[in-house]
Amino acid sequence: MTQAEIILQAEDIHKSFGSFEVLKGISLEARNHDVISILGSSGSGKSTLLRCLNFLEIPTSGKVSVHGQQIQVKNGKPGNPRQIEGLRTRLGMVFQQFNLWTHRTALENVMEGPIQVKRESRSEARDKAEALLARVGLADRMHMYPTQLSGGQQQRVAIARALAMEPDAILFDEPTSALDPELVGEVLKVMQDLAAEGRTMIVVTHEMGFAREVSSEVIFLHQGRIAEQGPPDEIFTHPRNEVFERFIANTR
Amino acid sequence: MFELFAFGDTGWGDEILRGLAVTVQLAIVTLPLGLALGFVVASASMSKLRALRFMGVGYTTVMRGLPEILTLFVVYNGVGLLLNIVMQKLNPEAPPSDFSPFAAGVIALGMVVGAFAAEVLRGAFQSLDRGQIEAGRAVGMTEGQIFRRIKLPQVWRFALPGLGNLWINMLKDTALVSVIALDDLMRMTKVAVGVTKKPFTFYLAACLLYWAMCVFSEVVLARMERHASRGVRRAS
Repeated sequence: MTQAEIILQAEDIHKSFGSFEVLKGISLEARNHDVISILGSSGSGKSTLLRCLNFLEIPTSGKVSVHGQQIQVKNGKPGNPRQIEGLRTRLGMVFQQFNLWTHRTALENVMEGPIQVKRESRSEARDKAEALLARVGLADRMHMYPTQLSGGQQQRVAIARALAMEPDAILFDEPTSALDPELVGEVLKVMQDLAAEGRTMIVVTHEMGFAREVSSEVIFLHQGRIAEQGPPDEIFTHPRNEVFERFIANTR
Repeated sequence: MFELFAFGDTGWGDEILRGLAVTVQLAIVTLPLGLALGFVVASASMSKLRALRFMGVGYTTVMRGLPEILTLFVVYNGVGLLLNIVMQKLNPEAPPSDFSPFAAGVIALGMVVGAFAAEVLRGAFQSLDRGQIEAGRAVGMTEGQIFRRIKLPQVWRFALPGLGNLWINMLKDTALVSVIALDDLMRMTKVAVGVTKKPFTFYLAACLLYWAMCVFSEVVLARMERHASRGVRRAS
């Protein structure tokens, strides 16, 4: 079997806030169709790691490359903003708090990136946005504003917004943590469909079911380092790391 | 009584209407100037550079601390004097020129509106939700696009009630300009009172006109607020 193409690669990512080092040298690699779940207790640095991948947080040092285009950071200085903007258009991002633009309808939220960043025509962007919203089950909610939608619906719009950019990989930052329990399922379902169609995804999550059943690889962070890493059926049944063992015992 | 407000030589109708036009012109010319200045001062106050921050905050502190009428005198007399000195240097033969009271009014009121608008805008910028901006970054927007497409529309929504207040205040403050002999609504009313000795009639007319302008402004502002807050749930 030939190895799938590497989509995203992070090398030796360090991040400090003041004198506190949150990430102590993390490397990871996502190949085409990979679904990587990043687990860890709060404060382990998992969200920070995800935000370093698209430079919403500028790493203190390290290297991120997407499809071979790489950005190296030394001493917290990432080089030119054009490069970072270019990298971000190739990585979709879905936030915990959805972060839909409140002054735009669901449809406008999805159309904004393609029109502004990719310079697509309005009609082209509109057709695509309508199709994407239909796909996440919101064909009848397209003209509503975010405040008129439930959390689950907002998050599905946010996923459509990320997909509209036709990214190489999508980053999910605890996408279901802000949702009422009964709304978690509809978002997970969409994510599961994306995984099934071969999207490359990196997901910071507390959903053990998702990590276990949907992801191809699990990374467990502890105190800014990778403490455990591997395919879920392997590491969940035979955890090598004590902290991880306790972590899964507590979340069962 | 109505012949007092007749048009032409017999009544004061046309004079007062002309005054009203001057007042409206003054306010409308001042507004964009004050807003632009407000943006500049607000960005200075929020700058990462200490010197700029100092200048921005200093400007608002000074301007808010001065009575408007004093600002007006300083601008009218001070700038007028300065202009004459410069003109004399450039062309010693030129006769001393008068600084237009209209321009002085626009500059003085613009400076005042600028200081207050800066505070309103600063507050609005600080109420922006970080997540909204990060979402823009995450799709690869440039900082310029984020400013135009996300920050501005949302700042506008937050700032509109405060700016609306400023506009109405400024509309009324234009009356101060009558003291430097600009023939605005206030001054024409005073002239009419002086000649006819009918203060009650003419001041009441002026009151009604100012009030009508304010009511009209409030209606327009309410519409603008409704548009700016589309998609935002009203607190009930």
